[in-house]
Amino acid sequence: MRTEELLINMGPVHPSTHGVLRFKLTMDGEIIRKCDIVMGYLHRGTEKLGEMKTYLQFVPYTDRLDYISAFPNNYAYVKAVEELAGVEVPLRAEYIRVLTLELNRIVNHLVMLGSLLLDLGGSTMIMWGFRERENALQLFEMLCGARMTFNYIRPGGVREDLPEGFIPKLNEFIKDMENRIVDYEELISGNEIFIMRMKNIGVISAKDAINYGMTGPSLRGHGVNYDIRKIEPYSVYPDLDFRACVRNECDSFARYMVRIDEMRESLHILRQVVDAMPEGKPTSQAKYGIAPMTGAPTAVSTYFPRIFTPPPGEVYSRIEAPKGELGFYVVSDGTIKPYRIKIRSPSFCNLTAIPKMVEGLMIPDLIAAFGTIDVVLGDVDR
Amino acid sequence: MLFLAMWTGDIMFANAYDLIVYILNFIGIYEPINNIFETLGIEYVLRIIIVFVEIAVLMVFALLTIMFLTWMERKVVAIVQARYGPMVTGPRGLLQPVMDGVKLIGKEDIIPAKADRWIFTLAPFIIFIPALLIFIPLPFGESLIISDLKVGLLYIIAISAVSPIAILLAGWASNNKYSLMGAMRAVAQDISYTIPLALSALAIVLFTGSLSTVDIVSAQSATWFGFIPKWFIFLQPLGFLLFLIASIAEMGRIPFDFQESEQELVAGFFTEYSGMKFAMFFLAEYAHLFSVSAIVVTLFLGGWSFPFLNLLPSGLVPLVSFGIFLVKTYAIIFFAMWLRDTVPRVRIDQLMNLGWKIMIPLALLNLLATGFLLTAGVF
Repeated sequence: MRTEELLINMGPVHPSTHGVLRFKLTMDGEIIRKCDIVMGYLHRGTEKLGEMKTYLQFVPYTDRLDYISAFPNNYAYVKAVEELAGVEVPLRAEYIRVLTLELNRIVNHLVMLGSLLLDLGGSTMIMWGFRERENALQLFEMLCGARMTFNYIRPGGVREDLPEGFIPKLNEFIKDMENRIVDYEELISGNEIFIMRMKNIGVISAKDAINYGMTGPSLRGHGVNYDIRKIEPYSVYPDLDFRACVRNECDSFARYMVRIDEMRESLHILRQVVDAMPEGKPTSQAKYGIAPMTGAPTAVSTYFPRIFTPPPGEVYSRIEAPKGELGFYVVSDGTIKPYRIKIRSPSFCNLTAIPKMVEGLMIPDLIAAFGTIDVVLGDVDR
Repeated sequence: MLFLAMWTGDIMFANAYDLIVYILNFIGIYEPINNIFETLGIEYVLRIIIVFVEIAVLMVFALLTIMFLTWMERKVVAIVQARYGPMVTGPRGLLQPVMDGVKLIGKEDIIPAKADRWIFTLAPFIIFIPALLIFIPLPFGESLIISDLKVGLLYIIAISAVSPIAILLAGWASNNKYSLMGAMRAVAQDISYTIPLALSALAIVLFTGSLSTVDIVSAQSATWFGFIPKWFIFLQPLGFLLFLIASIAEMGRIPFDFQESEQELVAGFFTEYSGMKFAMFFLAEYAHLFSVSAIVVTLFLGGWSFPFLNLLPSGLVPLVSFGIFLVKTYAIIFFAMWLRDTVPRVRIDQLMNLGWKIMIPLALLNLLATGFLLTAGVF
């Protein structure tokens, strides 16, 4: 019998592509023979926009990259700029930053778990995840007034000090979260159907994963101990006790389990940060660079100048964002604006491994594998 | 007065027709009406009218049940997911289904330009009408049955086998790849799960020696030691499990909801449907949920029977047994809804493996074992 291959366009608007992403699938019945990824539907020219803005003005744009977890974006960019300009950051600011980063990691993984289960047809996890996410977002709101686009981490420190009553509420969240993770595991991890859908699905070897440039939890599910917090420590991470969560199975289930482990580790880090939070100012007091303040100085605690000129040079700085290695390559030509910004986003590189993962599998497996890669389209198309 | 008479009287009815005649008789209007028709020589018209009344009552019951089920589903999901669910329309959102109906009627009825117009329009009816027809041989309570068919069980399985045709028609006529794939999946699933369904129902028939649903229920109304009900779930635990899984697959609910599989196929075979046509698929799904649960109850959980029911005055039994039947059916429905909120969807090939490689052999084995044990006289 002569059969024809069927071309299916999954997306750009499809319930499980998490945004505007298009899979061009060549199907042989239910089996995917070829998978092409068409990206770029959400391209906003963020990198080019960076060249038109001063260093500080670009921070809000980073919020819009990976909008699920904006603190790491803020921080990755700010870290690059600080390295470029050689800014000394107060210890309290670094602790606050790590606090937001790890809190944001939990939020990110909650959303990831929820949408993964939603893609598999389980509708409960997303509601449970969003219940706890709401508590975390309220903490973010206390910090900076915003729930998703924070613009909180600035060159020289953070925008505001921790508000009153923040730490008790955070402690409450940590305590609550510990029990909730147990709930999630009871709901998902032992579920026969979930295991059937995830085990040995979307397998690629560790070597392939590295070659495709996968990073973060998605790579650590392949037995590669690659956590930038460990191999290239930054901020106050060297002082903190935590481990990089690694699983060896190379399949979707391993990538899922890494997320669960990471949430526990993040809680562990948060507890240490709360205990070790030093006193002091949250912003660098140093007068830096030529720094002509434009306009009248305001009462905002930003002692750090709004406009400054790093010396000419270039820097690539990377952090372990919840989705993987987030790097900012910033080139300064000695003016108040960066000459070039290049963003190495984790979602983009991780996504490119999908076709290799899913060839010979079915659409439901594609969705399962795609869910464990944890992609945000704002981060893929910059 | 009527209830009082039922309380004291010692009457049995064969089916709902007799019950209506009894009630009319009690009010005292059956004789005069019957006389009028007899003098005209058309007494069969009266019989037809009474049958129509039965059908009307059944339809109203079915539609109210469907509406209630849509509300109940949302509430159950909401409770599991730590939310409130519908709260605004009516007390605790009870009128939400009415609002949904009004909204769906108000929607534009779109037929895609390249769709097959006739088949596209026909498909929702073909799926909706059998969903209601299944209610006919269901024993809702003692003597509360529209028609005690001699082939009741066969009728139920045959009627529910119509829905794959409608699904295939809908998927084909939509002229949409997702619809077609959804329809193919749904049909493959329905066919492969009807087999274990029928096989495990057949094991019941070995016990009763009759396909009539009334006989099946009355075979279960006895008790062991006077208080343990002789339900077939105790004699056929494996059969019950197989039947339950297969019927959830037949309903197309979450571990097996390939007809839709929202995240993969957008909305499966009804991707292109809107307005009332969509509503008919939706309603048929819930009618199916109720009827399949009712069949599970009838076959394995003793239907409307319950220990000590015979202690009640026999006139009251229809009402009480109806209540018992509803409680049991809603227990199964609740289980299906609960399952939906807890587990993700299996994959299509895993579903087929489960159906053909596990459930059908097990169902055959169950049938064989039951046959051996029955001939050996163990039961």
